[in-house]
Amino acid sequence: MGAALEIRNLHVNVEDKPILRGVNLIVRQGEVHALMGPNGSGKSTLANVLMGNPAYEVTAGQIIFDGKDLLEMEADERSRAGLFLAFQYPVSIPGVTLANFLRLAINARLKAANPESKGISVGDFRKMMREKMDGLHMEHNFAGRYLNEGFSGGEKKRAEILQMAVLEPKIAILDETDSGLDIDALRVVSEGVVKLRGPNLGALVITHYQRILNYIKPDFVHVMYQGQIVENGGPELALRLEEAGYDWIREKVEG
Amino acid sequence: MVAVRQRRAAAPEAPLYTRADVEALSAAHDEPTWLRESRLAAWDLYQRLPMPGKNDEAWRRTDYRHIRWDEAGRQIENANPSIEVVPGAYLEPLIGDQQGGVLVFVDGKLVQYEVHPSLAEQGVVFTDLHTAVREHEALLRPRLMTKAVLPGEGKFAALHAALWTHGVFLYVPDNTVVELPLHVVMYNTAPGATLGHSLVAIGDNAQATILVDYRSAEFEDQSLFVGATELLVGDEGNLRYVGLQDWNRETYEFSHQRARIGRDGNLDWILGNMGGEFIKQFIEVELDGQGAHGRVSGMFFADHEQMFDQDTQQDHNAPLTTSDLLFKGAAKDDARTVWQGMIKSLPKMQKIDGFQACRNLVLSEDARMDAIPGLEIEADDVRCTHAATFGTLEEQPVFYLMSRGVPRPEAELAVINGFFEELLDRIPFERVQARLRESLEAKIVGR
Repeated sequence: MGAALEIRNLHVNVEDKPILRGVNLIVRQGEVHALMGPNGSGKSTLANVLMGNPAYEVTAGQIIFDGKDLLEMEADERSRAGLFLAFQYPVSIPGVTLANFLRLAINARLKAANPESKGISVGDFRKMMREKMDGLHMEHNFAGRYLNEGFSGGEKKRAEILQMAVLEPKIAILDETDSGLDIDALRVVSEGVVKLRGPNLGALVITHYQRILNYIKPDFVHVMYQGQIVENGGPELALRLEEAGYDWIREKVEG
Repeated sequence: MVAVRQRRAAAPEAPLYTRADVEALSAAHDEPTWLRESRLAAWDLYQRLPMPGKNDEAWRRTDYRHIRWDEAGRQIENANPSIEVVPGAYLEPLIGDQQGGVLVFVDGKLVQYEVHPSLAEQGVVFTDLHTAVREHEALLRPRLMTKAVLPGEGKFAALHAALWTHGVFLYVPDNTVVELPLHVVMYNTAPGATLGHSLVAIGDNAQATILVDYRSAEFEDQSLFVGATELLVGDEGNLRYVGLQDWNRETYEFSHQRARIGRDGNLDWILGNMGGEFIKQFIEVELDGQGAHGRVSGMFFADHEQMFDQDTQQDHNAPLTTSDLLFKGAAKDDARTVWQGMIKSLPKMQKIDGFQACRNLVLSEDARMDAIPGLEIEADDVRCTHAATFGTLEEQPVFYLMSRGVPRPEAELAVINGFFEELLDRIPFERVQARLRESLEAKIVGR
C-alpha cells in the first residue's frame, strides 16, 4: 500500500488570526487532487503548514504522513520522508547555485540513510541533472545559476518542478504553480508534472484557475473557503467553478 | 544626594619603547648608517605624534585601550626559531602547484628561504628585508617607506619605520614576468611584538603574484603586530597580491597597507581577515597613472570578542583610472566590525570610474557592524558609486533548503556561504578560496 497524507481537523493561526478552521483531507500516492478556492481562503497557508514553515502556528488537529505524525517533524525530516512543496514564490538564495542546492538535498538524503555516505559522485550527479533538465527543456547552464536570482516567473516554476523530478517525492504539493505563467510556460511546467505522474506520486495541486487542470487532470477536486474544505467532487467540479465562479460556493456556505 | 560623575575617555597609552631599543635593533643587524638614521628619524617622529584616539575620525569607533603594552609590546623571545614548528599545511602552496619562492619567518626571524633559480637569472629579487639591506641597497633604499607608506602618516607607521623587525622584499625588473607565484609565511609561536614589512616593487610591463600569510600559534599572553605593506606597480605592470590574516585571539594588529599603480598598471588585491583580537588596517590604493586599475576584494568574519576595523581608500590621481573595491563580512557573538571607505579624485581627473561596497551580515544580536562609505570627488566627468548594506540570516532561504531535506545547521551554513560567494568568485586562486571557506565554516559552526 502506498503512502497517504492525512489531514485531520487542522486549525492554523497566522499572527493570532485563525486562517485554517478545521481542514480534513486525504491524499494517497497515485492520486491527483486539486484544491481550489478564492484568494485568501487558506490554500497557501495549508501548503506551508504541510511543509513545516515555522511562521505558521498549528492550534489543533493532526497531520499524518505515511503513518508518521508530521507535526512532530522539522521541514527537512518531512522532505526526507517523501513530502515535497513546489513554492508559489520560491525565494532566491544568492551565492547558492541550483546545482549546489540540489546536491545538498540529495546528499542530505544519503547521509540520513547512511551517516558514512560521502554523497553522490560528481559524475552521477551531472548525468542525473542533465537527464532531468532535458526532460523539462531546460538549458544545462541553468544549473550553474544562483537559485532563483534573476529567474523569470516561468524559470522559477520550472526550477521547482526540476527539484521535484530530482527528489522523487511520494506526495507533492504544488502551490499555485500556474500563477504568473504564460500559456507556453504553463504547458512546459504542466507537462513536467504529468511526466512524473504515476502510482508512486500523489499530488495536491493548489490553484485558483481551471486551466492547469486541463493538463494535469485531477482525480478529485476540493474547494476551500474561509479556512475549510466546503465542497468535494471530481473533475466536473473544477469545470463548474470555471464557468460559474465561486459565488455559488459563497452563497451555499453563508446561506 | 546626587552623585555627579563625569566619564572621560582616557587617552590611549603609548607602547613602552625607547630610543635605545631602536639603536639596539639596528646594531644587532649591523645596519648601514642610512638605515639607522632613517630609523632614528622615524623614532623622533613617533615621539612627536600623538596616540590616535576617539577624537581622530579614523579611530572614533575603535577602542584598543585593553591592550597591555608591557605584555604585547615586549620583544618576542625565541633564541632558536625553526621551520620545524610551522605546521606543514601552512607551507603548502595556496596558488598553483609550484612556487617561485618561499620565505618563512618564525617569531620575526627568517627560518626558510627557497627561491627558484630562474628568478635570479631574470634579475628578480625575492628575499628578506635584512638581506636586501645588505645586498640590494640600490634597489631597496629609494623605495623603503618613501613612496607608499610614509613614517609620518601616523603613530603606528612611525613606530613601524623605527622598529620594523623583519619583512619581505620583492623586486621585479621592467619587462619581466614572474610566472610562478611567491609565498611568504609570517608565523609566530610566542607572545610579544613583531613589526613585519612587505615591500613589493613591480617594474614597468612586469608581472608577479605573491601571497603573504600571517598566523600564530595559540598562547595566552597578548601579542602585537605593527605592519606595513607597500605595493608599487609600474606602468603597465601587473600585480596580484593576497594577504591572509589569521592571528591567534590575543593578537593586536595595527597596519598601514598602500599600493601605488602607474599608467595602465593593474592590481588585484585580495585580503582576508579572520584572526586576531583587534585589527586596525588602513588599506589604500593610489591610482597614479592614466588608465591604472585597482581591484580590492576583502573578506572578514569576526566572532567572539573580535574587533576588526578596516579603512579603505581609493585615490584617483589621474584621468581614466578605475577602481573596484568590494568588502564582504560577517559578525557573530559579541564581535564588532567597522569599515570606512573613501573614494577621492583630484580636480580635472576626468573619466574616472570608482566603485566601493561593503556588505555586512550580522549573525547575532550582540554583534555590531558599521560601514561608512565616502566620496570626495572634485572632477565632474566621473562615475563613482558606493554602497553599504546590512542583513541578517534570513529564515526563508533556510526554510527553503530545509524543505528539500537539508538539516538546519547545513542549511544555515549554505546560506551564509552563499553570501560570501560573490566575494570568493573574485578570487582567481582555488586554494585561497578553499582556505577562506574553511575559516568561514569553522566560524559559522562555532568553536
